[in-house]
Amino acid sequence: MTNFLWLWRMAWRDSRRSRSRLLLFSAAIVLGIAALVGINGFGANLARSIDEQARELLGADLVLSSSQPIDSTLRPTLDRLGRTRSREVSFASLVQFPKGQGVRLAQVRAITGGFPFYGTWRTEPESAVAQFRQATGGQRVALVDDALLAQFNAQPGDSIRVGKLTFLIAGRVRETPGQSGFSAAVAPTVFIPGDVLAGTGLLQRGSRVQYRTYYLFAPGTDVAKTIKPLEKRLDAANISSDTIAERKQQTGRSFADLTRFLNLVAFVALLLGCVGVASAVSLYVREKIASVAVLRCLGASGSQALLIYLLQVAALGLAGALLGAALGTAVQLLLPRVFAEFLPVAVDIQVSWGAVAQGVLTGVLVAVLFALLPLLSIRRVSPLRTLRASFEEDTTAPDPLRYLVYGLIFVFITGFAYLQTREVKLALGFAAGLLVALGGLAGVAAGLRWLVRRFFPTSWSYVWRQGLANLYRPNNQTLLLIISIGLGVFLMATLYITQGLLLSRVQVASGENQPNLVLFDIQPAQRVDVAQLLTQRRLPVLQQVPIVTMRLTELNGQPTSELKKDSTSGRSRGSLTREYRVTYRDTLISSEQLAEGKLPYLAADGTPHISIETGFFERLKLKLGDTLTFNVQGAPLLTIVSGTRTVDWTRVQTNFGVVFPNGVLEPAPQFYVLLTRVPDNTVLGSVQRELVQRFPNVSAIDLGLILQTLDDILSKISFVIRFMAFFSIATGLVVLISSVVVSRYQRVQESVLLRTLGASRRQMLRITLVEYALLGLLAAATGLVMAVLAGWALAFWVFDIGFTASPLPLLLLAALTTVLTIVIGLFNSRDVLTRPPLAVLRGEG
Amino acid sequence: MLKIENLTKSYTSGGRALTVLQHVSFELRAGDTLSIIGSSGSGKTTLLGLSAGLDRATSGSVWLNGIRLDDLSEDQRAAVRNEHVGFIFQNFQLLPTLTALENVLVPLELRGISNGTATAQALLERVGLGGRGHHYPTQLSGGEQQRVSLARAFANRPKILFADEPTGNLDAETSATVEELLFELNREAGTTLVLVTHDPELANKTQRVIRLKGGQLVADSAA
Repeated sequence: MTNFLWLWRMAWRDSRRSRSRLLLFSAAIVLGIAALVGINGFGANLARSIDEQARELLGADLVLSSSQPIDSTLRPTLDRLGRTRSREVSFASLVQFPKGQGVRLAQVRAITGGFPFYGTWRTEPESAVAQFRQATGGQRVALVDDALLAQFNAQPGDSIRVGKLTFLIAGRVRETPGQSGFSAAVAPTVFIPGDVLAGTGLLQRGSRVQYRTYYLFAPGTDVAKTIKPLEKRLDAANISSDTIAERKQQTGRSFADLTRFLNLVAFVALLLGCVGVASAVSLYVREKIASVAVLRCLGASGSQALLIYLLQVAALGLAGALLGAALGTAVQLLLPRVFAEFLPVAVDIQVSWGAVAQGVLTGVLVAVLFALLPLLSIRRVSPLRTLRASFEEDTTAPDPLRYLVYGLIFVFITGFAYLQTREVKLALGFAAGLLVALGGLAGVAAGLRWLVRRFFPTSWSYVWRQGLANLYRPNNQTLLLIISIGLGVFLMATLYITQGLLLSRVQVASGENQPNLVLFDIQPAQRVDVAQLLTQRRLPVLQQVPIVTMRLTELNGQPTSELKKDSTSGRSRGSLTREYRVTYRDTLISSEQLAEGKLPYLAADGTPHISIETGFFERLKLKLGDTLTFNVQGAPLLTIVSGTRTVDWTRVQTNFGVVFPNGVLEPAPQFYVLLTRVPDNTVLGSVQRELVQRFPNVSAIDLGLILQTLDDILSKISFVIRFMAFFSIATGLVVLISSVVVSRYQRVQESVLLRTLGASRRQMLRITLVEYALLGLLAAATGLVMAVLAGWALAFWVFDIGFTASPLPLLLLAALTTVLTIVIGLFNSRDVLTRPPLAVLRGEG
Repeated sequence: MLKIENLTKSYTSGGRALTVLQHVSFELRAGDTLSIIGSSGSGKTTLLGLSAGLDRATSGSVWLNGIRLDDLSEDQRAAVRNEHVGFIFQNFQLLPTLTALENVLVPLELRGISNGTATAQALLERVGLGGRGHHYPTQLSGGEQQRVSLARAFANRPKILFADEPTGNLDAETSATVEELLFELNREAGTTLVLVTHDPELANKTQRVIRLKGGQLVADSAA
């Protein structure tokens, strides 16, 4: 105990002249921990808020949904469920604001009953909800999402046309239980009373419609248990159920995934900081060797000496961690604003002590682990150094503890990544990736030192020789600076490239002759008239495609209801249960290529041979020659798989998973999709207006609007990414500053000697310039090359797209980093240049 | 108190074996004083380092107060040093971040003595620096630093004191004061003293003088 107290006392005394510098080391981990605590705390708050507001996520105790009206045999049973029910029929349709003649595709939700049972439906005016619920007997009032009203500058009190009916806008919807601001922006909603739905004329065979029933149960009812006996019948009728517990789990899971991913980004910032701490400590240790030798001489054991400095590092780690945690708690207050658009619930912010504790613990642990690497050498400092200053320990013998620390660091990083991703492979990949990055940078640093030494340009000027020699002489900072700057550049550039890749993935070709308006839900009888409407306006009909909806019932004679219970087959459940939207033709379109087998054809015996998209083919684990039986709206249809196609889904085409041959589906209920290109918004508006008036059931998707929406979403996502990247970038800067500051102490002596021997200020400046320019440039270039490789790997393996990166911003980043390195380097040496040499020579420096 | 037997030390330097000390033997009893003299590179400091247990010999043995050092680990030797040995260095080797008083306290604290302040303060007063205890080494002159170093060396009442050129970095006048103090303290405590020096006058103040040349013991005044 006394011993431990003494160690603390020595640690405290020894830090006297370096406390401000030690604090600077710890600054390197502050931002990483702040990011970690911020994200974790936010995650915890979000999870709690989801928990507390779970009922509002659904708006009811149970929701049953289906794409068909509920079967009359099942209905009486379902109507006995719960205390009270509310029904909803929803579909997409063009809606029109007669005042400004604005037309847009919106989600129409026709509601009967008291939805929502939980949560508040926030409207302006507040009384609008009551007015909407009381609208019986065919009263035509609507509630309209704020996004939609804002787009057309409409107000409550104006009217909106949905199908054949005009509604009075009773209120502006700010918030609907179960719908995030984000989904409201993508598909803004118009709520209308259910009893007037038929009058709109929008429900026709073949339209895509969702039927939902919301149930309110008596408090304390176990909803899952109540519907358990019904499961089979619901399944058979293709009705899916959603309970509060399920919704809570789903929502919680997807946000946990998000916070985990962001946590990894934060962790990288922390690791970068730790590399900085380790390198600062390694220089610090070099300064302390003389003191350690004296302590050893006076009888301190190797571990006592190590502990004195380990305690200092732990204390500075703790200081940095606490500062980081405080900052992180502040960051946490910002995050709900950063994520505002994505959140399904209002996040109630509290200090999350769990996140603070985790962040502080992680920070101290990882800082100590990294600092141990340089600190371990303290154990081997020989007391002989007190007699001979030039004595060098024999460092060739391997130190098993060092390998242990390396192992611990790897385990810690992998463990942390595993906790975030819950996937061993990903965690190992993350740790290995970091290792490769560090190894690559260390390799470049070693290579540079070797090259400069091996091919030293002896004929160059003094300034160049001195600057170059600084790269490999004892106490050089080549390794430290190349790793910290290189890793910083690598992270920043990788984030930048990834963002570009994500954006390029969704930049759907908006070039000439590409369709930009899609008309769908066209009934066979309307097909000719709709096409005519376009041709009258000299608009091209680029494609006209029939669509038939069906479900898969059997695969090689085995019912899909059985197949989906078999979890070992590897078949995707979704592919077995989904509704297939199928077209028929005998040829390929430009976004398709034949992969295997034949094009669709009708065999002589009348059996249709169909073509499957390779992805579907894989997910259903099919072979050529397999038989698939479809239920085409009541009628069974046996088909044979005789070919596969690859489809470029990013092309604006009507792409299909399953294609039938001509001559089979023509009599089946179907609708048409028609693609055209409109030159500008005026024409777009007039086409949409005429469509609404003449063919109210036909919907139109304006791809320009979709692109713009996607762009909005992506800029929001990239804002989140940039926000996180900021922590890495700022950490990189702090590491850079601290490593240069630390090295200044190493350099004072020799710079002063040079000055004493007559080197001019100008020469000294130029030597520093040469050295830092080389270090900065090389580190930035290495980081950049690695980022391009990482970006390429991401594009190839993760996003499955061609690699693109704009070189100019990347080169700018490299140039900026180099300049920054030089500036910080020069700024720090100004002190060396202005200090009188005598002060240093007398040991007062 | 100190028994050196057939001590040899060689290094490998630049791929070549270099023997810096060859078959040196001598013995000291409690209270003896000894000077090791010789030109630069003759092996004086190496012999001092080996005798004090700061390094391990290639062959031969060192007994310090009856303890054979050859087989001890570095940490075990450190414990022996703390228990039995005091040091004075040419360049003082005070810890720069500790005050004079704290520097004197270190050997006591390392032994687990937590209330050594009075002892340390008394020692500082003995070397004439009673009022300077709170000063840092950089605030003291060379002579003052060496006096603090003397106080530190005697703090744990060592059986044997090793001094490496104790006056090598001091001017003549200061040297005289430090030498006087060194021998006085040594007499008072009855400590065995081994010192390495270039200075024949200083060497003559010890009871016995041995001379090294090329790593070999070439003269011993006791012989």
